[in-house]
Amino acid sequence: MSDFVSDFWNLYVIVIVLVSIVACAALLIVQGKATFTPGKTMGHVWDETLEEYNNPMPKWWSWMFIITVIFALVYLVLYPGLGTFKGVLNWTSSGQHKAEVEKMDAAVKPLFDKYMAMDLKAVAGDRQAMEMGKRLYMTYCMQCHGADARGAKGFPNLTDADWLYGGEPEQIKESIANGRMGMMPPHAHLGNDTIRDLASFVRSLSGLPNDSVRTAKGKEAFASAGCAGCHSPEGTGMQAIGAPNLTDKIWLHGSAEASIVETITNGRQNKMPAWKDFLGDAKVHLLSAYVLSLGQAAK
Amino acid sequence: MIKHEQIEKSVPLLIILTLLVILWGGLLEIVPLFFQKSMTTPVEGVKPYDAVSLAGRDIYLREGCYNCHSQMIRPFRAETERYGHYSVAGEYVYDHPFQWGSKRTGPDLHRVGGRYSDEWQRAHLINPRDVVPESNMPAFPWLATTKAKDTVGADIEKKMEVMRTYAKVRGLPTYSDEEISAARAAIGDKTELDVLIAYLQGLGTALKNTK
Repeated sequence: MSDFVSDFWNLYVIVIVLVSIVACAALLIVQGKATFTPGKTMGHVWDETLEEYNNPMPKWWSWMFIITVIFALVYLVLYPGLGTFKGVLNWTSSGQHKAEVEKMDAAVKPLFDKYMAMDLKAVAGDRQAMEMGKRLYMTYCMQCHGADARGAKGFPNLTDADWLYGGEPEQIKESIANGRMGMMPPHAHLGNDTIRDLASFVRSLSGLPNDSVRTAKGKEAFASAGCAGCHSPEGTGMQAIGAPNLTDKIWLHGSAEASIVETITNGRQNKMPAWKDFLGDAKVHLLSAYVLSLGQAAK
Repeated sequence: MIKHEQIEKSVPLLIILTLLVILWGGLLEIVPLFFQKSMTTPVEGVKPYDAVSLAGRDIYLREGCYNCHSQMIRPFRAETERYGHYSVAGEYVYDHPFQWGSKRTGPDLHRVGGRYSDEWQRAHLINPRDVVPESNMPAFPWLATTKAKDTVGADIEKKMEVMRTYAKVRGLPTYSDEEISAARAAIGDKTELDVLIAYLQGLGTALKNTK
């Protein structure tokens, strides 16, 4: 409250707050001095039977009122409320948040330090670390990769042994820390016919039913259209740039001919966000180990 | 001095005195906010919504996203761990009306910008269960098949002019004539889904997406 455009507003707040409190106290005093006629009604009847006594206020109620007034004054001394006065406790909501975060961070630091000092494979074998990793996963990762880590169409399954960017511990950590930008460029210029040939050929690579005439033409197009540049001449992909292996049975965007035609025609963009700045090294380390453990279970 | 009985028996007097009590509270609770810099100045990096995001914001309102999603990260560790830096008043200066929300069936969205890829947002809005099987969020498939220029973008210039008036009254940076006249072209053939995603991807990114 220290950022009013002028000092007038400081005085404005102080005056209204204090006048309100004094007025509350004054009201109580004035009412206490009113004349009462205990046991007798005010003489009017509302809604046929509703009558009103003229008794003094109950003692407990008056005391509550007095305590409220005192509470308000004590509060205004301790906490910010009177204009720009910060209160003797110097409390702020951002300060309270900071203290809460620091307290918790200090409490968990020994744990994180312990795991930071271990290599990822060792962390992946630690039960407590994996429980922590699972909670982190459920907070930050499951929206795309699924609560069961099996992914979804367009979002990689983490429980199989197939890795777009490599499944070595450091490669997984790199994917989480700095993110990945997967880019299949659109190839609409090849024409629908050639694209269907290509689709047939790549289906043949992973042993799916295909049209043999188209597959033969697609094989030539695969080499001449530059597909091999990323997916390698054998179609086994290239982990350095995240180009998928086309010879396995794993199809991130679907293996149906129509899906493959769509992929080739319009391209695909797959973005893994970078988490280093948001999560910090220690949590990235634990998450990397957790993801590593998911993949290890598949082997 | 007015007697208790007089107030009780006169409806106009009762109304006037009740209003006075409420106004007294407003004098203290509301009026000073207009004169606090942290309330009225944008934090560094907060800019007026561009035409596409402004149209997307109208989709957010039209579909009632605020019924289940808040845009207000409270200063508690549990929230800042999950969503990022707590929200501050200076981030909302261009929100008319603000989208704080009050019910949290879904997660807070104040820093959802950049959290997920455009492709995820696309798949998720068309059918949330395609990517999050447990989700109980409704699907919004029609957004992908409706052009923004036919709905929320139809009167985009007028909307921007209203926003400009609000900003000018408060002495804030706002749209230029060129930006307003380019608005229709910026929205172009984008679908409602595209403009909504543009809005979502810009949310809360001014305060860096770190804790």
